[in-house]
Amino acid sequence: MQATETMAGPEHYLSELVRAGLLIPVGVDGLYGRSGDFEDVIEAFNNVITRLGRDDGAEVMRFPPGLNRLHFEQSEYLKSFPQLAGTVHSFMGGECEHHELLRQLAEGEDWTGEQKPTDIVITPAACYPIYPVLAARGALPSGGKLVDVYSYCFRHEPSKDPARMQLFRMREHVRIGSPEEVVAFRETWLERGRMLATELGVPFEVDVANDPFFGRAGRMLAANQRDQNLKFELLIPITSKERPTACMSFNYHQDHFGEIWHMQTAAGTVAHTACVGFGMERVALALFRHHGFDLKAWPESVRKLLWG
Amino acid sequence: MSSLSNQVREILAQGQWLKRDLETLRDDADLYDAGLSSHDSVNLMLALEEAFDVEFPDALLKRRTFESIQAISSALSQLKIDAPVP
Repeated sequence: MQATETMAGPEHYLSELVRAGLLIPVGVDGLYGRSGDFEDVIEAFNNVITRLGRDDGAEVMRFPPGLNRLHFEQSEYLKSFPQLAGTVHSFMGGECEHHELLRQLAEGEDWTGEQKPTDIVITPAACYPIYPVLAARGALPSGGKLVDVYSYCFRHEPSKDPARMQLFRMREHVRIGSPEEVVAFRETWLERGRMLATELGVPFEVDVANDPFFGRAGRMLAANQRDQNLKFELLIPITSKERPTACMSFNYHQDHFGEIWHMQTAAGTVAHTACVGFGMERVALALFRHHGFDLKAWPESVRKLLWG
Repeated sequence: MSSLSNQVREILAQGQWLKRDLETLRDDADLYDAGLSSHDSVNLMLALEEAFDVEFPDALLKRRTFESIQAISSALSQLKIDAPVP
């Protein structure tokens, strides 16, 4: 636990992780390869989440980390987080444009002019693909719906903080139903999250939070979100004791997604949604920070929880 | 009914954010209960700024400021709105 007493800051922790071979730098802040040990921890933690929610009856859906651009546009993500979005562009020119592209490359000029948006946007949060999919099925069954998703996600926020990656994995359980159903779901996972962090042997706190909404409008959205206790985060100190890192989040979207995609409950009312999200890399980084880089030296109880 | 609250009503009518009839909505009625969403409240804030040529300071960029016609009028008064809407 010595690490928590002398937290050395994001850049220092990043260089330690790289030196230990846990993260593999590729020259872009926030984009890293992961070692076998790192992946071992992610996979084990992922299995713990599966075990925790095993009896909940979630439908498992796995999507590649790409979202239909139309669904992305409908989601209103660009209203709230234009600065974080990553769209996939491709070359769509002909022979002439190709020659020009190669010339620009060779001469070190901007070569991206002929790049046009494809129909794919990089998934910003694991749950985004599921809402239009569920809406297309018609009204929800009685008792609502629970979905289990897991995906790499992209957010454009380059940083030297290893806990703020641009491409990272998010595991989520998403509840869709009446306000009472989704709020009860969030309460259950808040309790499970606290229990999980305790069993993982890491210091933590749960606090009200807000998303990083953009601009002046964003300041108001953030204040609204806080006023209504719509977002809670479970924070673990990773690179700073004063500013611990959100490793799990518990979000109540009210009828935001229900309204956008006309999702209806069995009773014919607009569906409300809530989700619990686990920042997989962040949890792994928290465990490495508090238990050290040698997995075999981790506390027996933590090893047992993760690997049985 | 003050002229300020009438002007606020006009802006609410133009925005079409509410699911209730503005005519029967009291000045102290909760606009969120009347259908104003979080994103709507941002658009309302921007519309008020444009109409009254003011800028809400960060301290006022919160849910409560826009919760009723009365609350909005009071915030606008704080910002010393003298001139009528052009």
